[in-house]
Amino acid sequence: MTQSEIVLRVDQITKRFGNLTANDAISFSLEKGKVLSLLGENGAGKTTLMNIIFGHYAADEGHIEVFGNRLDSSSPAQAIALGVGMVHQHFTLADNLTVLENIILGTEKLWSLRQEKKSARDKLMSLSEEFGLTVDPDASIKSLTVGEKQRVEILKALYRGAKILILDEPTAVLTPQESDQLFVILRDMLARGLSVIFISHKLGEVMNIADDIAVLRHGKLVANFPVSEASREIIAEKMVGEVIPQPVRETLLAGDPLLKIDGVSFDDEAGQAQLKSVSLHLRRNQIVGIAGVSGNGQKALSDLICGTLQPGKGTVEMSGKTVHNFHPLHMVEQGVGRVPEDRHVEGVVGDFSVEENLILEQYSNKEFSKKGWLQAGAIRAHAERLIKAFDIRGAAPDTIVRGLSGGNMQKVILARILENNPQIILANQPTRGLDVGAATFVHEQLLKARGRGAGVILISEDLEELLAISDQVAVMYHGQLSKQMPVEEVTLQQLGLLMSGEGFMSADGEASHAA
Amino acid sequence: MLLEPRTHTPLWMTIVAPIAAVFIVLILCGGLIVWAGAPLLESYFALFVGAFGSKFAIAETLVRATPLILTGLAAAVAFRAKLWNIGGEGQLYMGALAATYFGTGLISLPAPLMIPFLFVVGAIAGGILLLIPALLKTRLKVDEVVTTLLLNFVILLLTNYLLFGPWKDPMAMGWPQGAPIVDSGILPNLIAKTRLHGGLIFSVLAAICIWIVMSKTKWGLEIRAVGLNQDAASFAGIPINKTIIRTALISGGLAACAGVTEVAGTKEYLTLDISPGFGYTGIAVAMLAGLNPLGVIAAALFIAGIYNGADSMSRAMDVSNYIADVITAASLLMVMLAVMLTRMRVRFG
Repeated sequence: MTQSEIVLRVDQITKRFGNLTANDAISFSLEKGKVLSLLGENGAGKTTLMNIIFGHYAADEGHIEVFGNRLDSSSPAQAIALGVGMVHQHFTLADNLTVLENIILGTEKLWSLRQEKKSARDKLMSLSEEFGLTVDPDASIKSLTVGEKQRVEILKALYRGAKILILDEPTAVLTPQESDQLFVILRDMLARGLSVIFISHKLGEVMNIADDIAVLRHGKLVANFPVSEASREIIAEKMVGEVIPQPVRETLLAGDPLLKIDGVSFDDEAGQAQLKSVSLHLRRNQIVGIAGVSGNGQKALSDLICGTLQPGKGTVEMSGKTVHNFHPLHMVEQGVGRVPEDRHVEGVVGDFSVEENLILEQYSNKEFSKKGWLQAGAIRAHAERLIKAFDIRGAAPDTIVRGLSGGNMQKVILARILENNPQIILANQPTRGLDVGAATFVHEQLLKARGRGAGVILISEDLEELLAISDQVAVMYHGQLSKQMPVEEVTLQQLGLLMSGEGFMSADGEASHAA
Repeated sequence: MLLEPRTHTPLWMTIVAPIAAVFIVLILCGGLIVWAGAPLLESYFALFVGAFGSKFAIAETLVRATPLILTGLAAAVAFRAKLWNIGGEGQLYMGALAATYFGTGLISLPAPLMIPFLFVVGAIAGGILLLIPALLKTRLKVDEVVTTLLLNFVILLLTNYLLFGPWKDPMAMGWPQGAPIVDSGILPNLIAKTRLHGGLIFSVLAAICIWIVMSKTKWGLEIRAVGLNQDAASFAGIPINKTIIRTALISGGLAACAGVTEVAGTKEYLTLDISPGFGYTGIAVAMLAGLNPLGVIAAALFIAGIYNGADSMSRAMDVSNYIADVITAASLLMVMLAVMLTRMRVRFG
């Protein structure tokens, strides 16, 4: 098996948007049964390239060959017919339908749904058996775990005859154990002759699964080599263009208590327990990391500290005073700096300018509005100062925030909260979707705030991040929070087990087990 | 053929696109005119002359644009906050009812006080009318599209009842109309021998004020933030419900002022047909203006001109004046399409 077969060839693909060259003469090829990992910072051109391969965009120059057939540059249907399958980072499944229905949807003709169901089921079962992707075809999507949903997405692509699978950040939502399971499945698929393009930020995984690596930077292919010739440092350097020193967490003694959450419970409107007797203590000069697979109550914990949720039971104390008034403004007044989970949803008003977003929490202060009139000069000066101080690139005060990259958008939010010297910082997934450079910037800022005496609660799914900058970590599972453990005393393996529910009280009698 | 998002839209395109769209509509609607058996160019000439061709035509167009500016502003302000106020028609009649109640002899003030007084009571009445759906929306999450729309019929039927019953003017030879507004409450005439009245100045000032409120004040920032991203606004601590209620009062008040200009300016007494759907057309005006308060003035002039022009075209060329509705509706669709296309680039490949 030394003679390898090329299944996908990308030849001199160039794509311009106005003055921006998103892809600049990119060429690479994917061999049968291999994993090509596509790496690059946000905005490096990965998504554009994938959209071209999948037929959503037309390339300005160059062409793509799949199994020797030239791909017409504007036809997703042809890409699918030739065997290209894509699993998006955000699942495209209809929650209220079953697994089988989701797979048939958009694949089989609608008017013959009933007749096709039997043969579709047979085909699905044989596929799921062949590739070890076990799912119940009649389970509704709602009832599935994230890992299972991802399997359904992969099955959907296989059902449509995919021979080349494009996976966009497939592990972003998985526990370490689930990721390992995915890799087992992927290896099995590779052995059966499938080929994979694997897009990821996590270098560890890439080293683990990939055969070849292609690195994009500013739209150019800057490196393309077998994984055996690469090291993490080299890849990181290729991605960013320079060596980024990782911030160092100096040893600091934790100071006075800042925040005490004791026995807080909360049920949502549907009566689901989101927080179950959660206790959390935060001191000055301390970063407490909260690990956990998303959807295990992190949102409620974050909302509690952000003042958008009224706890059902339990007490919250800030700087020695019990909090009664759970309102965003009150929390801001108490010195809480809040970085919400989803930048686009809660963090910024996308269609507002940078200067408007920078005063979103403070516009009522007399610095920015007098007797109801906005102080345009002060608002402009404030924005100019913060754009400079936080190096918000490509932004003028009147730039619309929607057009900024994720990293710069996060800088807008950080600038907005850090400007007030918050005592307590709640950062929920602050580096999600950010590239290495931007993530490092966020870490530096959080460590700097810790250094001047603030306490930080960092909720993250990225365990490497948590272990790197936290002083203590705790794990959330089904609304419960584990005890806080000094970071020096925990291992990745331990955290992974906690994240999958080991060691938690099984409140609803159904604790899931790690594989 | 593919559509791809553009990173930025050049300024000339934002200006040219709506104008080009209107031209395309005129060409498309030309087909209908030819189909109706009328000569195309002469018909459009008649339309233009009827809209802007003489002092009288311009005055009539301005008279018609006056309430449209106000109902357009009402829709624009509400839609900015994503408060879907479809009840402009009802609020307009509410303003007309308030002006009639207070302006036909109940209270008598000198003109410099009487006219503002009528606008104030009208605006309060209209604001309160929209307050009901706004409270239902914020407290009970009742869909305001349904409630505001249905309130239109409630108020129209109330007006019917009043004009056929207790408020019927005994001097009106049996017509269902209200008593005349007292002299001190009548909006002053602007150009002799035309119907053009001071309501126009009021509505243009209102547009400027609303533009200032939306762009220069805290309230405007709150309204825009709530409309563009309610989650982010709520997270930042902006009072969502308070902002929606405030928007409702402003929007309802503006629509009601259109009722005041019609009763105290155009007609000088309340009738059942003071509004040929100004409240609904206001929505088209606001959308055509891209919800920009100053754009509302231009959009209202355009639509008023089309309606007036189509009337005279229909008299001169025997083309049904329903063509005005077709042109307005087609313009709205085409302008929205054009604006969307300015954010895209078209590729062939």
